[in-house]
Amino acid sequence: MKRIYLDHAATTAVAKEVFQAMQPFFSEKYGNASSLYSLGREAKEAIEDSRAIAAKVIGAEPREIIFTSGGSESDNMVLRGIPEAGDHIITSAFEHHAVLHTCQALEKEGVKVTYLPVTKDGFVRTEDVKKAITKNTKLISIMHANNEIGTIQPIAEIGKICRESGVLFHTDAVQTYGKIPIDIKNIDFLSASGHKLYGPKGIGCLYMKSGVSLKPLITGGSQEHKMRAGTENAAGIVGFGKASELAMKNMGKEAAYETKLRDMLIDDVLRIEDSWLNGSRKNRLPNNTNLGFDYIEGESIILHLDIKGIAASTGSACSSESLTPSHVLTAIGLSPVKAHGSLRMTLGKDNTKEEINYVLGVLPGIVENLRKISPMKLARR
Amino acid sequence: MYSKEVMEHFQHPHNMGEIKNPDGVGTVGNPQCGDVMKIFIKVEKGKDGKERLKDIKVQTYGCVAALATSSMITDLAMGKTLDEALKISNKQIAEALKGLPPIKMHCSVLAADALHSAIEDYRKKGARRIQPKESKAKARR
Repeated sequence: MKRIYLDHAATTAVAKEVFQAMQPFFSEKYGNASSLYSLGREAKEAIEDSRAIAAKVIGAEPREIIFTSGGSESDNMVLRGIPEAGDHIITSAFEHHAVLHTCQALEKEGVKVTYLPVTKDGFVRTEDVKKAITKNTKLISIMHANNEIGTIQPIAEIGKICRESGVLFHTDAVQTYGKIPIDIKNIDFLSASGHKLYGPKGIGCLYMKSGVSLKPLITGGSQEHKMRAGTENAAGIVGFGKASELAMKNMGKEAAYETKLRDMLIDDVLRIEDSWLNGSRKNRLPNNTNLGFDYIEGESIILHLDIKGIAASTGSACSSESLTPSHVLTAIGLSPVKAHGSLRMTLGKDNTKEEINYVLGVLPGIVENLRKISPMKLARR
Repeated sequence: MYSKEVMEHFQHPHNMGEIKNPDGVGTVGNPQCGDVMKIFIKVEKGKDGKERLKDIKVQTYGCVAALATSSMITDLAMGKTLDEALKISNKQIAEALKGLPPIKMHCSVLAADALHSAIEDYRKKGARRIQPKESKAKARR
């Protein structure tokens, strides 16, 4: 059976060109980038080339890029590296768990955290950010685009507010780096990840504006400007660089293509009775759809899709470790019942119109069959 | 994460639907938590005078494990006497499905509870309405 992959917000396949670029750095160019002989220098050069590309994607200087193991580490570096007990930080209620759970851990260490509410369309209000700032506020962390519902946050405005208030600003751009343009003018820290853009897992970076600093998470050697110790993951970094290069080259084209498929998917699915779109249709990631269906539960939908060869994910966390409904969907005001009935399909550059038509052919039947056996007739939004 | 048996019952759940004029109905679960099961039963009294489950149907809202456990309990309970059916434990349901992920064990509890609650509902309504099958024949004699 052919497989249709519609979970690009979770991870992506490593692109052929990326894999090829990485290969020599395992058994041939295996030098430690800190070594002075040519084998080491070769690795060092490749790493610096990738750093320059990553910087170029967001219009930064190469020295402002610190390679990390990925988005979660980059988020942790900033959140754990800036505030101290007694300080205040601001974030939103629907951040990725890498930010939210870290904030909760910081609260236990005496850091005060404000979790801003979001609108039912899925946006942080800039007025709320302004109002929440106190004289003790050290850092504001608001994601660029939400990973579940794809809404793009007003980070330019929030960055401006931060600058005017003298507060540091961090944004988790894991879903947007290399996919949509990012203006870093008023951003002090930005987290990015390789595996969301056809690069390998286990590699990402933190953009850190020159002039600002933080307390490193991992101490040891002097790699990455003493900000992140440990022998560099040269193969991963080269893969990240190649993936960034390809993403930069194809950014506009891919976004336009995915937007077309996305709209086709949304419009057609919404013809199913008692269904809805989670998150605003405007200011939404080109590849994100998050649809809700009354009377049925998300995990059952995704496993029926899986049987048909379609990989998607649920808005509800039922399929993972936790049984509580998605914190993102409850943050935008969905009742737990509504939140349980959600399906996230996120597109990629290799999806085709035929694939979307196939999905549109099987999804209504799956929804109908699950509704037939459901006792939930009276659920209301 | 799910056994083959769980996936089989999920894909082709048994005895789904409702019974018109049921002898007992049990609804358990909470839509807030993502699982609701509604079990309908039909009871008959056998030659031995014991009440048996003649038919069971279930409607389920929930995850894969909720669908599989509610399907399995209808299999386990069909044809059993009410006393036997009341003894079906959630552990038995999980075992019959070759195990459930620990986080999904509550689904088997729901399935057992739904059946028990349908039987209780029947008993509360007055089991006397159901007459032994042979009562008419006996009366004629």
